[in-house]
Amino acid sequence: MVKPRVLIMAGYGLNCESETKFAFETAGAKADIIHINDLIAGLAKLKNYQIMAFPGGFSYGDDTGSGNAYANRLRNHLWLKLTSFVKNDKLVIGICNGFQILVNLGLLPALNKRYGKREVALVHNDSARYTVRWVDLKVINQSPWLMNMTTLSLPIAHGEGRFYADNQVMQKLNEKKLIALKYVKGEIYKAQQLPSNPNGALQDIAGITDESGRIFGLMPHPERAIFFTHLPHWTLLKETYLREGKNLPTNGPGLQIFQNAVNYFQK
Amino acid sequence: MAIRIEIASKQSDSRATVRKKKLQALGFDSKIQEVTLVDVYTIDKKLSKKELSQVAEILTNPVTQHYSFIHFLSPRKFTYAIEIGYLPGVTDNVATTAKEMIEDLLKRKFIGHEQVYTSQITFIDGKIRGEEVKKITDTLYNPLIQRAKILSSSQFQKNKGMGVEVPRVKIDLSKKVDEVNLEVSDEELAVIGKAGIKSSDGTRRGPLALDLTFMKAIRDYFKKKKRHPTDMELESIAQTWSEHCKHTIFADPIDEIKQGLFKIYIQAATEKIRKKKGKKDICVSVFQDNSGAIVFDEQYLVTDKVETHNSPSALDPFGGSITGIVGVNRDAIGFGLGAKPIVNRYGFCFADPLDTKPLYKGANLTQKMLSPRRIMNGVIDGVNSGGNCSGIPTPQGFVVFNDGYKGKPLVFVGTLGLIPKKISGHKTYEKKARPGDYVVMIGGRVGQDGIHGATFSSESMDSGSPATAVQIGDPITQKKLSDALVKEARDLDLYNSVTDNGAGGLSCSVAEMAKESGGCFVKLDDVPLKYPGLSPWQIWVSESQERMTLAVPKKKWKKFAELMERRGVEATIIGQFNDSGDCVVKYQGKKIMDVDMKFLHDGLPKRPMITTYAPPHYPEPQFSPPKNLTKILLDMLSRQNIASFEFISQQYDHEVQGGAVLKPLQGKGRVNADASIMRPVLNSQKGVVISQALHPWYSAIDTYHMAACSIDAAIRQSVAAGADIEKLALLDNFCWCSSTEAERLGQLKRAAKACYDYALVYETPFISGKDSMFNDFKGYDHTGKPVKISVPPTLLISTIGVIDDSAQVVSLDLKFPGDLLYVLGETNDELGASEYYQQMSDGKNQYVGNSVPQVNAQKNIKRYKAFHKAVEKGLVVSAISVNRGGLAAALAKTAMAGQLGIEVSLKKALGKFSRDDYGLFSESQGRMVVSINPKNKFVFEKVMQGTIFTQIGKVRADGQFVIKSKNGRVIVKTNVKRMLKEYKKTFRDY
Repeated sequence: MVKPRVLIMAGYGLNCESETKFAFETAGAKADIIHINDLIAGLAKLKNYQIMAFPGGFSYGDDTGSGNAYANRLRNHLWLKLTSFVKNDKLVIGICNGFQILVNLGLLPALNKRYGKREVALVHNDSARYTVRWVDLKVINQSPWLMNMTTLSLPIAHGEGRFYADNQVMQKLNEKKLIALKYVKGEIYKAQQLPSNPNGALQDIAGITDESGRIFGLMPHPERAIFFTHLPHWTLLKETYLREGKNLPTNGPGLQIFQNAVNYFQK
Repeated sequence: MAIRIEIASKQSDSRATVRKKKLQALGFDSKIQEVTLVDVYTIDKKLSKKELSQVAEILTNPVTQHYSFIHFLSPRKFTYAIEIGYLPGVTDNVATTAKEMIEDLLKRKFIGHEQVYTSQITFIDGKIRGEEVKKITDTLYNPLIQRAKILSSSQFQKNKGMGVEVPRVKIDLSKKVDEVNLEVSDEELAVIGKAGIKSSDGTRRGPLALDLTFMKAIRDYFKKKKRHPTDMELESIAQTWSEHCKHTIFADPIDEIKQGLFKIYIQAATEKIRKKKGKKDICVSVFQDNSGAIVFDEQYLVTDKVETHNSPSALDPFGGSITGIVGVNRDAIGFGLGAKPIVNRYGFCFADPLDTKPLYKGANLTQKMLSPRRIMNGVIDGVNSGGNCSGIPTPQGFVVFNDGYKGKPLVFVGTLGLIPKKISGHKTYEKKARPGDYVVMIGGRVGQDGIHGATFSSESMDSGSPATAVQIGDPITQKKLSDALVKEARDLDLYNSVTDNGAGGLSCSVAEMAKESGGCFVKLDDVPLKYPGLSPWQIWVSESQERMTLAVPKKKWKKFAELMERRGVEATIIGQFNDSGDCVVKYQGKKIMDVDMKFLHDGLPKRPMITTYAPPHYPEPQFSPPKNLTKILLDMLSRQNIASFEFISQQYDHEVQGGAVLKPLQGKGRVNADASIMRPVLNSQKGVVISQALHPWYSAIDTYHMAACSIDAAIRQSVAAGADIEKLALLDNFCWCSSTEAERLGQLKRAAKACYDYALVYETPFISGKDSMFNDFKGYDHTGKPVKISVPPTLLISTIGVIDDSAQVVSLDLKFPGDLLYVLGETNDELGASEYYQQMSDGKNQYVGNSVPQVNAQKNIKRYKAFHKAVEKGLVVSAISVNRGGLAAALAKTAMAGQLGIEVSLKKALGKFSRDDYGLFSESQGRMVVSINPKNKFVFEKVMQGTIFTQIGKVRADGQFVIKSKNGRVIVKTNVKRMLKEYKKTFRDY
């Protein structure tokens, strides 16, 4: 089967491109890391790809608001190519800083397909501090990215992840079923007793999609949860499985998201 | 005229809420009703109204914010407005981004003095008075790098806002190069060395840190050249010869050791070990490059380096620690042809954050130092920003508290790197600038920041310490540079050599690389500057951050320059390497430096040192065993040196790069771990294990054993996590004090001797190290009395090792009720300078004692190797090394982490301890607490046979934590929930 091709954005302080590439390739895709300036210069062509990924990182050091400056550079130089990409039957994912870039670009949630309008924001955590930990998530909508998934646990690492939108937009997000992931109490909560919502996000929102479900943004990092040994309690699970005579798993819960993307083009 | 764009939040701003809470906690409580923040961009560039709207729009998030550039923004009700911005010339990263965004939007560059500046207004509504608002302001800014303006609400209204301020750099230094007459009296020569060259206005330019011996050598050199040195030459030699760069205390003869401590004790140990290990030698590059390197696998090397950034962190804790971490990243990037930074580590030594008695640098209560709490917060924030923004995981670290760190904190920062052994056929860990190669500077520009950093840190801190030594890091500029080098240019083979611009700036990096080719020529006019007006010598020695120097062959320059341009990295040819044997610098057509390489690097005279050593003797502590040992243990868990620092681990990203295996917080109870493991190459099962240890407390008794304990603990912590001692290497960081005093040097010699002795027995080679020899503060206490505060002699030992199977490693949490608990190693009456003695001290008695823990490495290594076999066989369910606070603290941590109870008896513990409390809290080295599945009892004991180990109890399901005395009496009875509460309360609100 032909491997779907993934373009992973890089440059200006994005920093999760390598592990995102690894996750996509583990799932069966062929991924290229492309510096934004090479895309602008036309050294790489967006139209050659099926999947576009905005990885996590600290583009422009979060200066002027996380994701804002990078979104601006995209808007100034690549807007038409981007909109033409998302209007086709392609997939886009924004992880953490990538999610922040997508909302600042107005590619998410793009209510009524008005791509470009900023309608939601990811603002400073209620602790006003960068926070790294694992969270439990419930899958809410039917995005192709989240097929066959109900709950999962992933790590977060961000300073500005508190989801915010005004009442009107919140209502629309619910009506149109654009909320993709919510923070809930699950396995990690049980194990570590941390608050389920790590940042004060409105309605516990951890991720959303556009109306097509093909553009997906989330604060947690699925690419940091593709091995069993990524789990924060894997040494305990390992010992448990061994004593129960079970085999040890090799994959972590995040891999499915990348596999879903690959499956979307291979079905 | 400059225009202000003000941006305010439309919805609740958590930054303001948190700031309000912090201010209330300062003692203002209900006096502060509301805090509101307004972000300000001051744009010093002519823009049309339309352009201004466009600019304001891209700087504002329309969902949550609104802006104005016509009216000032303020909350409806407030008492005071405090605006804080940077001083001229201080790195303002947000402004740099805003400027880039505006240029990208308008397709027009900022030219000349045009610039963006950021500031922030804190509006406070409450019942506060003028004096109080000053006090509040003091907590919000650091006058060394920032400016503050306070307006009352009525002044604000009258003034129509805060007013426009443009902190433009206005310097107009003499660009003339001065000759310095060294044919003067010895007294004057000494003054020049200490206080610096005299400027025409009579002021001194700041420390050269050259003593009379060095000054005389320089005088004699120029006498032979029949001319006076230029200021530039003198400054340049001062940088190269600084303690910071040449480590003369470790290099010069000391007593009978003519070749110096480094050669005889550190380097010699490594050489002997490498020879002995033969084919099993793991070292590839030791001591010669910016980092040390060991073998990772067939394809890769891992590099490691640990640095300190103490003096700058005392003055500007945030700037000091961020430049520290971002700076040590460059030791990876600057290793060989460039290693990719893969892991950061940190270690902080602070004074008690609850100590509020101020210190002053100046007499009459002037030049107030920052409080321990401010220093602690700032240092922690700096590493947060530097590490997180750079996309490098920062899993491993520690915090240590001692009054000796009140004058200067110790800020340890380290970075591991990953580099393929070979690229297009040649070894990447060797590099050589060739004659004819361009001298190329890439990354940030040069400003006045960080002038005299190298010489300043080579002196103790007093009222003369220069403020320009403070810098703020810019991790994104460096990230661009790092990615462009180690992910692209290196693999395209576009340069022959690279090194970091750290201490001493260009003067050190260019001169260092010129050793490879045999000489250099630099045209100083071509160095890109942040702003005009710098003196030539300043350009040469400035330590402005985020810069590397490269040797680029002429024919590769075009390709290199194009790549850098596409990556947004500034690259400039500033000269050429040659084999002339001289380091020559020209400025405005004139030769302003011409010193031969040999003199520059080897011309410094040796200064033999004499040491003294008199073992101290303290009264043996006399107190009867406390009745309630449960309470003592609970109190122990909340002591600053034992308590959880989860708040740090949780703000340092340890998952980025996707390789985390053993993380900093372990178990259900999230207990801080002593070792971390990660996979730097995602398609390989191999892992890298790192750990660190230090025992500055023991220096009060004997630095020899202090060093031995640090080495043993650092190794043991790695072994407990699953490391193979045969694949471990060490790094040393000596942070000493008053290193001109014979007694301190005597302590140093003993510590260095221990490094030699113990590294040899453990066969763990040193691969890299760094020292910082003058961690003293001379100033005044809160009453104005002169004080000198010196750090306790501190040796940080860091370990790095390779793990073959990263799924076969051990976390510290107990996992199953019924599992068997073992103690490996002996518990003896070794409580000298222990946490327990400190805890039992009171106003009248300070207990130190003399029984400092001693390490028996011969016995330990056998046990560590046996234990590793048990790990490989999958027999070890949990393991924790016994550290500060002794067996009781280790048992508590492993139980809290697993949220499971234990039942153990001291009766079974091996070793000689005379009292139950000593058994609980002795800090005897070499010990671990291990749990295993009862099913594996026989196999485990067989593997461990012939080593000192014993089963002391079992894991309980009910969370009860029970320890019985030697005669079977219950002496500690509590539960994990209660313990966790104590363990986590100390820094809960930090």
